[in-house]
Amino acid sequence: MTTNIFQNTAIENIQKTFNEQFNNAKGFSHLKDIKNLALNNFLKAGFPSKKSEQYKYTSLEQHFAGTYKYFPFSIEGRINVDEIFKCDVPNLDTHLIILINGWFYATSKQNLLYETNQGIIYGSLLEAINKYPEKVLQYIKLQNETNILDNLNMALMQDGLFVYIPKNTKLDKPIQVINLVVANEPVQIYPRHLFISESSNLTQILFCDHSLNASPFIMNGNINVILNKEAKLEFYRIQNAHNHSVQLTNNNIEQDEESYYKGIYITLHGGTVRNNINVNLNGTKATNEMYGLWLADKNQHIDYYTEVKHRKPNCQSNQFFKSILDDEATGIFSGKILVEKNAQKTNAYQSNKNLIISPKAKVRSKPHLEIYADDVKCSHGSATGKLDDDAMFYLRSRGISQKESCQLLMFAFASDITKQISLLPLKEEIDHLVNKRLRGELSRCNRCSITCC
Amino acid sequence: MLKIKNLKAQINGKQILKGINLEVNAGEIHAIMGPNGSGKSTLAAVLAGRDYVEVNHGEVIFMGKNLLEISPEERARMGIFLGFQYPVEIPGVSMVSFMRTAVNEIRKYRNLSPLSSSDFLKYMREKKELIEIDTQLTNRSVNEGFSGGEKKKNEIFQMAMLEPKLSILDETDSGLDIDALKIVANGVNKLKNSDNAYVVITHYQRLLDYIIPDFVHVLYDGKIVKTAGKELALELEKNGYDWIKKEYQN
Repeated sequence: MTTNIFQNTAIENIQKTFNEQFNNAKGFSHLKDIKNLALNNFLKAGFPSKKSEQYKYTSLEQHFAGTYKYFPFSIEGRINVDEIFKCDVPNLDTHLIILINGWFYATSKQNLLYETNQGIIYGSLLEAINKYPEKVLQYIKLQNETNILDNLNMALMQDGLFVYIPKNTKLDKPIQVINLVVANEPVQIYPRHLFISESSNLTQILFCDHSLNASPFIMNGNINVILNKEAKLEFYRIQNAHNHSVQLTNNNIEQDEESYYKGIYITLHGGTVRNNINVNLNGTKATNEMYGLWLADKNQHIDYYTEVKHRKPNCQSNQFFKSILDDEATGIFSGKILVEKNAQKTNAYQSNKNLIISPKAKVRSKPHLEIYADDVKCSHGSATGKLDDDAMFYLRSRGISQKESCQLLMFAFASDITKQISLLPLKEEIDHLVNKRLRGELSRCNRCSITCC
Repeated sequence: MLKIKNLKAQINGKQILKGINLEVNAGEIHAIMGPNGSGKSTLAAVLAGRDYVEVNHGEVIFMGKNLLEISPEERARMGIFLGFQYPVEIPGVSMVSFMRTAVNEIRKYRNLSPLSSSDFLKYMREKKELIEIDTQLTNRSVNEGFSGGEKKKNEIFQMAMLEPKLSILDETDSGLDIDALKIVANGVNKLKNSDNAYVVITHYQRLLDYIIPDFVHVLYDGKIVKTAGKELALELEKNGYDWIKKEYQN
């Protein structure tokens, strides 16, 4: 019964929010049809039930039943970002882009869209759609009719980051996106991002989710990655919000032949987090590597759902996801590897390891293999346990306190993932944040004045 | 320095130590020998504070304090060092951060200020040279991927870094080739002085060719059944433990 009440309220809320933007907002004329379609898809399917395999442990409707303010228009000019937010990864030189409540934020010195002489374009997705509809619209697609996060995001989409790296070009430094929530009341945010690369030169994109205070919010983001032949992308996602946040992400990665994707997903803090990562290896000899780490305590709920589809022969995929759970936190990993019939010579690996600090913390780990080809190498594994007694004693026998030994071991457990960060200044900062987080200190950056928890 | 009085201990209900008496003074080296299963490693575990061993009788006094009531880390800070028979691999914890944390904890206990990064690295370099340990080992995670010999050398290196009063080396010689054995023995000989003491637990006599003990004890069936000077070790090497067993049973 309760579920139904949430359902109805949530669906009403979403419909109302949709109308607010659909009937009034400018800049969406190219998207009216697809937004309508997305909403109808959502209305037809409704929220996933408890019986749904994909959403068995994370229900969505209760979150959408709450009252959250929505920003149907761009909010530029209202906030002085430089004053309130200084990102502080020392020595990390990036093209910095700020999104506020789902909208691209252009400071006085910035444009909505940057275009280099070589043809590299990056900036506001909405601006890119309106400026180059014939090029960009073909990529603004729904993943399928039933993906609820994708449909909801498309229906209520605001703005987001667009990156286009043409063949034979190279971006001089990484792009860093600060995805910022700035509000004194509960807000709902629907950013949509699109990255397209055709270049065999490595592009690095760093995505940081931050909130400026502990005000509740729902962010339902969508990140679409298109890697053409031989394209290479390294993508970093750092989620660092607070206990009253609901962060949902649908991450879709399409890889053509010989392309390379390395994704590093780090969730330091969040109330309810759901990250879907769908990978389609559509061309031969493509490589996909993904590493994830989430740290949760109190009543935090972090749910990672991955699906890697091998559709062509000779591709490689490797997934390595780890979590540390304390107090009454819940961590979920469901990972699926699908090898289609003609995807011979596939190498696909998946591993999930969880460290439980408190007896009340919960882990659900569900690795899943579906193989229709006969000449493949696949493996998956899952392990959940406590800190190793022998290692604890070894450290303590050298004079290190029990608490400090525990810290060292948790940090070591996490470092399996953080060592994959190839941007060294970022690695140092993340190690620092992980360390602080494990010590129960707020893991915000040093010089940042945000008081987010 | 250390007084063990009628120590009895069990593991999972099985009585292993059946009344150990031992006194160790500063400046002394004691060798504890004995056949497999006689309780050598259990004794080391009790002294270091492993909780799977349950002491059910007797006392252990170290520097005037009842050791059995003190946590493993506190014992280490007071100056007890256990050289592990099987050093633990800890991937992800670097030797440098491990040793810096340990050294500074011990300095804190001794009312010394923590070493700065540069002072610490200098200190570590000195100790590495003293022990003749490969520089590369300290750039890695604790014991990760180390060979058997490297692990044991690393134990001696840690001992040099922490400057303990009482070092208990639990079969540090097992699995070592002769070169590694010399490095371990040289380490002990260089670090030995009139203020510290060593308890060397060993199965074989050959380590005692390089580390000359003041006393040799034979542990058998949970008790020290014979104590003598270094000549006892040679006798054991030549004649094995059978005569000791017979003597004890009579």
